[in-house]
Amino acid sequence: MMTKQYGMILGTAMALMLAVLLACGGRPDGTRTQAAAAPTQPAPTPQTIYVENTPGSLVIYSGRSESLVGPIIEQFADATGIDVSTKYGSTGEIAATLLEEGANSPADVFFAQDPGGLGAVAQAGMFGALPDGITSLAPDWAQSPDALWVGISGRARVLVYNTDNLTESDLPDSIFDLTDPKWKGRIGWAPTNGSFQAMVTAMRVLWGDERTTEWLRGMQANEPGVYPKNTPQVAAAGAGEIDVGLVNHYYLHRFLQEEGDAFPARNYHPRAGGPGSIVLVAGAGILESSENRDNAEKFLRFMLSTVGQQYFAGQTYEYPLVEGVRTNRLVTPIDEIAKPDVDMASLADLEGTQRLLRDLGILQ
Amino acid sequence: MIASAQQTTDPTGGDDAHFRQGRRWSSKRPPLAILVPAVCVGIAMLLPLAYLVIRGAEASNDAWDILFRVRTLHHIGRTALLVILVTASSALLAVPIAWLTTQTDLPFRRAWAVLAALPLVVPTFVGGFLFVSALGPRGILQQALEPLGIDRLPEIYGLPGAFLVLTLLSYPYVLLTVRSAFQSIDPTFEESARTLGHGRMSAALRITLPQLRPAITSGSLLVALYTLSDFGAVSLMRFPTFTWVIYQQYQAFDRSIAGMLSIVLVCMAFAVVLLDAYTRGRLRYYRVDAGSSRAPDVVRLGRWKWVAVIFLAFVVTMALGIPAGVLLYWLIRGVLAGEPLLALWSATANSLAVSGAAAVVSVVCSIPIAAMVVRYPSTLARLIERVSFIGFALPGIVVALSLVFFAVNYARPMYQTVWLLIFAYVVLFLPAALGATRSSLLRVSPELEDAARGLGRTHLQTMRAITLPLIAPGMLMGMALVFLVTMKELPATLILGPLGFKTLATSIWNASSEAFFAQAAAPALVLIMLSSLPMAFFVTQEFRAATASKS
Repeated sequence: MMTKQYGMILGTAMALMLAVLLACGGRPDGTRTQAAAAPTQPAPTPQTIYVENTPGSLVIYSGRSESLVGPIIEQFADATGIDVSTKYGSTGEIAATLLEEGANSPADVFFAQDPGGLGAVAQAGMFGALPDGITSLAPDWAQSPDALWVGISGRARVLVYNTDNLTESDLPDSIFDLTDPKWKGRIGWAPTNGSFQAMVTAMRVLWGDERTTEWLRGMQANEPGVYPKNTPQVAAAGAGEIDVGLVNHYYLHRFLQEEGDAFPARNYHPRAGGPGSIVLVAGAGILESSENRDNAEKFLRFMLSTVGQQYFAGQTYEYPLVEGVRTNRLVTPIDEIAKPDVDMASLADLEGTQRLLRDLGILQ
Repeated sequence: MIASAQQTTDPTGGDDAHFRQGRRWSSKRPPLAILVPAVCVGIAMLLPLAYLVIRGAEASNDAWDILFRVRTLHHIGRTALLVILVTASSALLAVPIAWLTTQTDLPFRRAWAVLAALPLVVPTFVGGFLFVSALGPRGILQQALEPLGIDRLPEIYGLPGAFLVLTLLSYPYVLLTVRSAFQSIDPTFEESARTLGHGRMSAALRITLPQLRPAITSGSLLVALYTLSDFGAVSLMRFPTFTWVIYQQYQAFDRSIAGMLSIVLVCMAFAVVLLDAYTRGRLRYYRVDAGSSRAPDVVRLGRWKWVAVIFLAFVVTMALGIPAGVLLYWLIRGVLAGEPLLALWSATANSLAVSGAAAVVSVVCSIPIAAMVVRYPSTLARLIERVSFIGFALPGIVVALSLVFFAVNYARPMYQTVWLLIFAYVVLFLPAALGATRSSLLRVSPELEDAARGLGRTHLQTMRAITLPLIAPGMLMGMALVFLVTMKELPATLILGPLGFKTLATSIWNASSEAFFAQAAAPALVLIMLSSLPMAFFVTQEFRAATASKS
């Protein structure tokens, strides 16, 4: 009798597993699966890219997750015939791995989620300078001063708020006013997050250290919920656990896609501008030790091509950085954001920001 | 005859007096066939520490400032509190479940045994998120209670949440080790005690429980060290522990401070290991006569059967039902909304292959160390055993980076191969295997081995003919444990895996970190279901081995 029960359990488990595996197999809709289903078929693209006889290989270390950038990397491989292999991880993990590998790194390209990770690798002297042909593709504000890395897509800092409890008019003109005691216990933030730290660095550039410290202390007094990163914060804002969260803009659109438009949270770009409305970049650089420099340059050019930029605008809800590519209609156009005039290059002092956050007890 | 943990209650006394010192074999030197592999494995286990010393030595004065802040002490205190609570509650949860699923006529007991072990494969980086979705202040449970006028549940965040998630996802460490101990307990001890006038409860407490002690402590040790090294649950539950502080340094791109703080974490782990060694004492758990030749009587639960079923159903619902339920909800919602899902064949095959290999290699590597510790106790043996816990107690990212450092500089051809990845898993999870082989070897009488050698067998022949068959149930259990924890391992897999290498755990992370919930749910459900198959296999094998060894 035991054996029979047991067999039934086994059978059910295997049937369920098979069902899930089949469900995950090839679903013909959606660009992602198409790309996944036909990895070897070169797909024609509107770009003129010459398929050479021996296209060679390329190793990408990506601090951006495969769900976000996997499809466009695959499209690049299909279009060029280059044998691309990618290592995915968080930007912090990948940067630490690169620093540990040093000049022995097998990586050709480091594709990072935020300027902080790129800065850490640049500071270690591991990036080679990019040619003008690449840096001229992206706007000046979106790259490192010495052409060591270049922005690929833009992401805006926003306040994500719960629409059941608040309307946009309840939100302050500037994030400075979140220090008002009326926000006590209603805010979430993620101080370990790279984009948050980049925003604080921008704050120091725009407001100076003194006012930044004042803001940070005021926020601490309001006892914000400390989240490890953006995703759980958007979830918390949607659930009404917090009323306002300090995040990047595109996570909300992922939630809307998963949960439908009824998801009760929306983004707000502080109307008075300032550091709370800054647009940051995700970007990439080529390793000095790269043995596939040509392919690495091709990759960056592809990411900054119309095709690449359209992908980021359409699929990841980010801001395209090149002229002539339209922002996703669900996303606030960049012209309508009171974006402060801050270059990515001026955000180099990550260490100073981290020291400040440590001194205040926000980081350890 | 037995030497139970309560030495004074030795039921037969008398002629085993010369055993009492427990050091009878310490004068013997271990054969090279045991010594050399044990030392090699021990050296491999030291690699992460060596790396930390190199990195920590580069740390600036900032590091010392950070270390000697009052806040750091708070983090250490909080971590210690969490470790104690999670460990104690895991043992309290696991021992009754182990007893119910091995010794009683509980309905569907093998199905319960499989289900109760599965929470171990839920990775905390997604598990924490799932528990917040379900039990958070405005989670699914709150929504269900909304009609009753409850518009906010008490905060799950902080100690309660971290405690709950870590207990529910790590009690199976104790469950698996204690289950296998129950399988090999000789029922005649307890029966003798009962014929001598002890009640069932008294016999259980005075005879059976002490025999379970090595299993309970070795399982608890794993829970304690796992709690020490966890980042996923504590960060999502917003309870800043010491490991969370270490991760912050990596997010700030400072490997030196992270290295120095990790050394402090290793010291905390040593404190836990020493505490375990202290409670373990020098006891023997084997018998020298032929032993009982039958399986234990099944305890009839009678009316208590339903209480037991409700208890198990509650634990399984909390620990497995909640995460699996939320995952299923994500998956169905996503599929209905037309979310594209990715193919999982290669990730599934990779997960199975590396986890299976890690399980076998870890158990093989643990045998020489277990043999040293149990048969040839010496300072060296104790040192190797303690050193082997370093990898398990460290956050995965630290172990992974240490192996990047050594492989890139000294073993370049190994770098980014699956071999290095399996090596990393062994460094990370050896203690799970060692606990199992050590506690089963403790129950094998050395007299049997001596007899075989007296009849002219070599050490290796004796091992193959006598020792290995007797510790087979323990080895299987060790493999099950290592397999399950390798299935969910993330940081080392991401950092050390070959380029383009995907497992189910990396697929879950890739999707869940960017809020692709449906895409995260599919591999997570496959992970849970796939893990149930080897668990089912181990549970039946365990049962067969237990009956075979007694017939």
